[in-house]
Amino acid sequence: MSKLIATRAIRGAHKLVARAEKSLEEALKNHGPDKKVEFPNTGYYLPIAYGMLGMAIKTVGELKPLLKKAQSLLYPIPAEKIWVPYLGHTLDAGMATLFADEIIEVLKYLEDPIPYVLAENCPDEGNFWLGAADDVIMRKRGIEFVDGTAPGFAACVGVCPSTEVAVKIARELQEKNLYVLMSASNSAKGGNGKRGMADQLKEAGVQMGWETRLIPFGDDVTSTIHALGFATRAALSFGGVKPGDYAKILKYNKNRIFAFVLAFGEVGDEEHAQAAGAINYGFPTVSETDIGQILPTGVCTYEHVVSPVKPEEMVQKAIEVRGLKVQVTKVPVPVSVGAAFEGERIRGEDTYVEFGGNKTPSFEFVRTKDTKEVQDNKIEVIGPESSDVKGGTKLPLGIVAEVAGREMQEDFEPVLERRAHNFLNEAQGVFHMGQRDINWIRISKEAKEKGFKIAHLGTILHAKFHSEFGAIMDKVQVKIYTKEEDVLKMREEARAVYKKRDERVGSLTDENVDTFYSCTLCQSFAPTHVCVISPERTGLCGSYNWFTCKASNQINPRGPNQPVAKGDVIDAKKGEWKGVNDFLYEASRKVLDRFCAYSIMESPMTTCGCCECIAAILPAANGVMTVNREFSGMTPSGMKFSTLAGTCGGGQQMPGFVGHGKRYIISKKFLLAEGGIKRLVWMPKSLKEDIKEDFNKIAEAQGVPNLLDMIADETVAATEEEVVAHLQKMKHPAMELAPLM
Amino acid sequence: MPKESKSAAGKKDDKKSVCEASLKMLEQVSKSNGKFDTAFERAEKMKPCPIGATGSCCKICAMGPCRLNPKKPEVVGVCGANIDTISARNFCRMVAAGSAAHCEHSRHVTHTFIAAAKGEVPNYQIKDIPKLTKVATDFGVDVKGKPPDKIAEELGQKVLKEFGQEEGGLQLMKRAPKKRQELWKEQGVTPRGINREIVEIMSRTHMGDDADYKNLMLQASRCALADGWGGSMIATELQDIMFGTPVPVRTKVNLGVLKKDQVNIIIHGHDPLMAEMVVMAVQDKELQKMAQSKGAKGINIVGMCCSGNEILLRHGIPLAGNFLQQELTITTGAVEAVVVDVQCIMPALGKLTECFHTKLITTSRTVKIPGATHVEFKDNDALNIAKSIVKMAVENYPNRGNVNIPDNTTDMIAGFSHETINYMLGGSFRSSYRPLNDNIINGRIRGVVGVVGCNNPRVKHDYVHNTLVKELIANDILVVQTGCSAISCAKEGLLVPEAAKFAGKGLREVCETVGMPPVLHSGACVDNSRILVACSEMVREGGLGDDISDLPIAGCAPEWMSEKAIAIGQYFVASGALVVFGATWPTTGSEALTKHLFEEYEKLFKGRWAFEPDPNKMAAILIDHINTKREALGIQKTKARVLFDMEARRSLEV
Repeated sequence: MSKLIATRAIRGAHKLVARAEKSLEEALKNHGPDKKVEFPNTGYYLPIAYGMLGMAIKTVGELKPLLKKAQSLLYPIPAEKIWVPYLGHTLDAGMATLFADEIIEVLKYLEDPIPYVLAENCPDEGNFWLGAADDVIMRKRGIEFVDGTAPGFAACVGVCPSTEVAVKIARELQEKNLYVLMSASNSAKGGNGKRGMADQLKEAGVQMGWETRLIPFGDDVTSTIHALGFATRAALSFGGVKPGDYAKILKYNKNRIFAFVLAFGEVGDEEHAQAAGAINYGFPTVSETDIGQILPTGVCTYEHVVSPVKPEEMVQKAIEVRGLKVQVTKVPVPVSVGAAFEGERIRGEDTYVEFGGNKTPSFEFVRTKDTKEVQDNKIEVIGPESSDVKGGTKLPLGIVAEVAGREMQEDFEPVLERRAHNFLNEAQGVFHMGQRDINWIRISKEAKEKGFKIAHLGTILHAKFHSEFGAIMDKVQVKIYTKEEDVLKMREEARAVYKKRDERVGSLTDENVDTFYSCTLCQSFAPTHVCVISPERTGLCGSYNWFTCKASNQINPRGPNQPVAKGDVIDAKKGEWKGVNDFLYEASRKVLDRFCAYSIMESPMTTCGCCECIAAILPAANGVMTVNREFSGMTPSGMKFSTLAGTCGGGQQMPGFVGHGKRYIISKKFLLAEGGIKRLVWMPKSLKEDIKEDFNKIAEAQGVPNLLDMIADETVAATEEEVVAHLQKMKHPAMELAPLM
Repeated sequence: MPKESKSAAGKKDDKKSVCEASLKMLEQVSKSNGKFDTAFERAEKMKPCPIGATGSCCKICAMGPCRLNPKKPEVVGVCGANIDTISARNFCRMVAAGSAAHCEHSRHVTHTFIAAAKGEVPNYQIKDIPKLTKVATDFGVDVKGKPPDKIAEELGQKVLKEFGQEEGGLQLMKRAPKKRQELWKEQGVTPRGINREIVEIMSRTHMGDDADYKNLMLQASRCALADGWGGSMIATELQDIMFGTPVPVRTKVNLGVLKKDQVNIIIHGHDPLMAEMVVMAVQDKELQKMAQSKGAKGINIVGMCCSGNEILLRHGIPLAGNFLQQELTITTGAVEAVVVDVQCIMPALGKLTECFHTKLITTSRTVKIPGATHVEFKDNDALNIAKSIVKMAVENYPNRGNVNIPDNTTDMIAGFSHETINYMLGGSFRSSYRPLNDNIINGRIRGVVGVVGCNNPRVKHDYVHNTLVKELIANDILVVQTGCSAISCAKEGLLVPEAAKFAGKGLREVCETVGMPPVLHSGACVDNSRILVACSEMVREGGLGDDISDLPIAGCAPEWMSEKAIAIGQYFVASGALVVFGATWPTTGSEALTKHLFEEYEKLFKGRWAFEPDPNKMAAILIDHINTKREALGIQKTKARVLFDMEARRSLEV
């Protein structure tokens, strides 16, 4: 059985390498060796070639050594009798396939038109194949693999037996929070040869794209490479693995990225070859059709190939074979609930009932009550239910979740409340935006048809609060008001609390607490990385602030968020404390012993790779620039965000560079050691927009009310020289500050 | 396969061998009416000395020889040496001689290696650069930015130093698990240099020296370790660098590989230096033409014993057979020349070849045999000398008389070096022992046994090897082989991937996954060092304890006869393995020493000796031992599958 798989994989690899050779010959003929080749917006070149071999390929001509390497990994197919061991040859054939795939795929970007849509999500009409994910997507999504929001991905190759089955499997994977990365099979029978699960989802009108975790890579089996390219980049960026250290990248994938291959329909030689490539990464294949099995373990954690498996059992089987533990809270509502549905759009015409969004008064509010006053799982809708109104109705809404528990503290209320956004959004057919009294909720017609009611919003909160915050609260009841007078009345009560909370947060400073919190969540990816989160410095990922860490520690006292006793102040301006240093030394596995929270130049905080922004010094400008993850253009540092992240990510401490959260820019402690926001000389325009309001307040307090305008952005300065010119023109205060270097 | 015989040695059916080709030739021998004979017949005439067989004869001084009686242990030798002392001294001297054989082989290889690095011996080259880098790094050579020849020269000099070194230990011992190295230190058996340990045995066993059998045995361990982790391992590594690390090759084995219409040259002995050159020499067009002019269709080179294993592993040269077939090969009348180097060459070949047209050509200054033509082999003119040897064979072709080649051949796969195993389990990018360890842990593979060693005409030829190995694989034990034992099982058809059908379900599944046979041929007897490296690698890979003695592994030499076998067994025991020997046991005269080796050693080295001539009982001992080790590791019971959540994943190493 294994021999048959080996034979087919090796044969498939021969075919694909030959195809790559042909593609390359043509490209050399048509474009010449110096023509640039690249996947869109990535700092990792051809990620497999870069990761496995350390080859930074930038031109067509530079693909030649990669092809040669692929050819060197091809062995004859196993002899009929008295064969020599074939597992090593098969795995090498798999790797040769990945190199060939990468050559074929990158050359597609030289075609006119490019056969892929260069977007994060599939457009409603026309071509929907997305091809390689750029670094912005990779970083944004990569974090979910770090914190476990996404336990893994399923690379789905081929065509499901029917459209219904395709949708069912997609939903099942989505419900388990897994990413579904789809490529067509080249051996699919029927259709026009190349056809895949994504074609079927498209036919069923399923919304696809990174947002819904259903990603159609390409209508060619070679596009499977984008799944493995993604995995390789995860190891390089989050794992801090050096390019060329193939052993570590593959081990990292085996033990961190819990991915697997689902093969549907006819599995041809070329599909076998892809599976062999995936096995190198520790990703097993589960096939619908009978292709034989490889059960002994070793390269993968458990089995390598399992077949045949009935379509309805494939997801469950794959999870077991990969050794994946998926923890999903079963929420008793009539629609699917999962992180994959968070990105789902609900258009106006598909909406059954809508709340808030500046059209009706609306708010959501979590408050602590005495345990006697709370009856767990009591969900009340006070006012009309969705069944009482006609489609297209806009209703006022007030969601009041009342929680009780011995460990519950007022400080945790906003932590729970803020999560309502994710929890409600995760329900298929429910859309949620905003927070507090600026929230906006839609329930789709489809959800309504399935029986989803307004009360179910409460059901979701009840289930999710218990599963996520069970350690700090015991009971939760939810009151949902849909009559305007009630909503207005209750909103006033909520607003009073919001105000009190804001005052408390505003009054919390690094000086008036004794304890900070660590976050070592990313150590699963960057083993020496330690975030130390203080009231005035959020985690660099933007998702963890001092309160969330405090709550998280309460929930899981041995988890990644530990209290850090500040200890004696060593330097108040640089943000250095003895207790923090001591903690860092242990938590970084004795790699780092010093950390200045407010400095970019002296022992800055390490960067994992998940950071929202990266600040870097611009020596000629005597200032600091910062760039957010979403900005894919060049920065005056000469590096794009992805290159910067590659430079300082992976848990390194690199003076002159520091990763940070967006909110940190508007903290009074932002780079205090170097002069605070007055050092800031460049940031992307979109980032300026994002933080404008709060930034201007601080700037005004510091006596430079128009500082934001003095800061250059990509519209006025692309290079350091242009930044300097802008600063001089605007008389930016950084010019007057002490020299940075 | 022959029916099970009652007696341990399987003599009941009176057949001397289970190898059909050999039986056919023995028939031939019996028809010669005593004109010539072989070890098979001589063994019947020459009964083993009953006192010597128990290790109780002392002839180390002229006051004796003293023959002690195990039944009367109170009777001592003239000097007062008791049976325990005498037995231990004899055993130690076997270890010394065996180690010396490997170490002389190794020293020879090292000299040639250095000469090759310096470019003084143009026919030898530094071939395997990755392995050179690896071994040089292990020896502490700074390899950065240096050309291979320079690295090789530095390496060679460092290696050479270890032979004569007084203190400092052996570099390759650092490959052993830390815990094992500490145990050696604790027991005071870490070798200081290679030669020194052999010399010390000879000195301590001299008349009037060490009389404490336990103390003597400590030095036996130290000397044997200097062989396994020193001499033998050095030979393997340097040979790999010069001639290439073996990779799986397909070939044929048994007397049928001799060609009726070609010049047949047998390469016999242990040292690949000469063998490699003869392989190169037969490519010579002139010689090929000359062969044709003599009426032959070509020149057929075939191997015998461990020189045969060496060229088989690296070039796929077919094997004529194992130790007890060396004489039978000649009786086919089809052999133009038997070219020999060192070790396991029966002096009987001298007289036997006189009865045929076959030329016996000795090539080593250290091994001359009456009746042989001596063509001394010199490294600096190696290829020319090899050509002259081939030429002698070709010229001898017209002198052939009657030819009787049995048509038996069997297919086989060989070449399972440590590096190959690493590669075959994961390819170029995921090479590791993980799949092996994993499948041992999950029970598909129960354990690993090295079945090695010689032939011995005191037991039915090949029977014990083959019976034992079949039993082991049927019980899901992966078998690793070297030397004549491997040739025996190759002839039996156990060294092909199709033999997985004889394996238990678990082992069969693993064989099918990897595409490997259930019995892996790792090389010549000097290559038992590869098994030491493999064991250390299994420990390093994790999940199977932290010392070789924790592993579910064992060693076995079912048909042993040479002192090298004793040295090998001793280094495996001192490295933490159970080693079971068949055929006979050389210390039975001393109850105390035997108990020391069979039982007390467990405390000292967490490894021990055992003796059992019956292959099925031997298998039972080995399986039982492996089960015990599995139990201790907590892997004997199947465990539920672990599913990993994020927290569990964080605990996994990357």
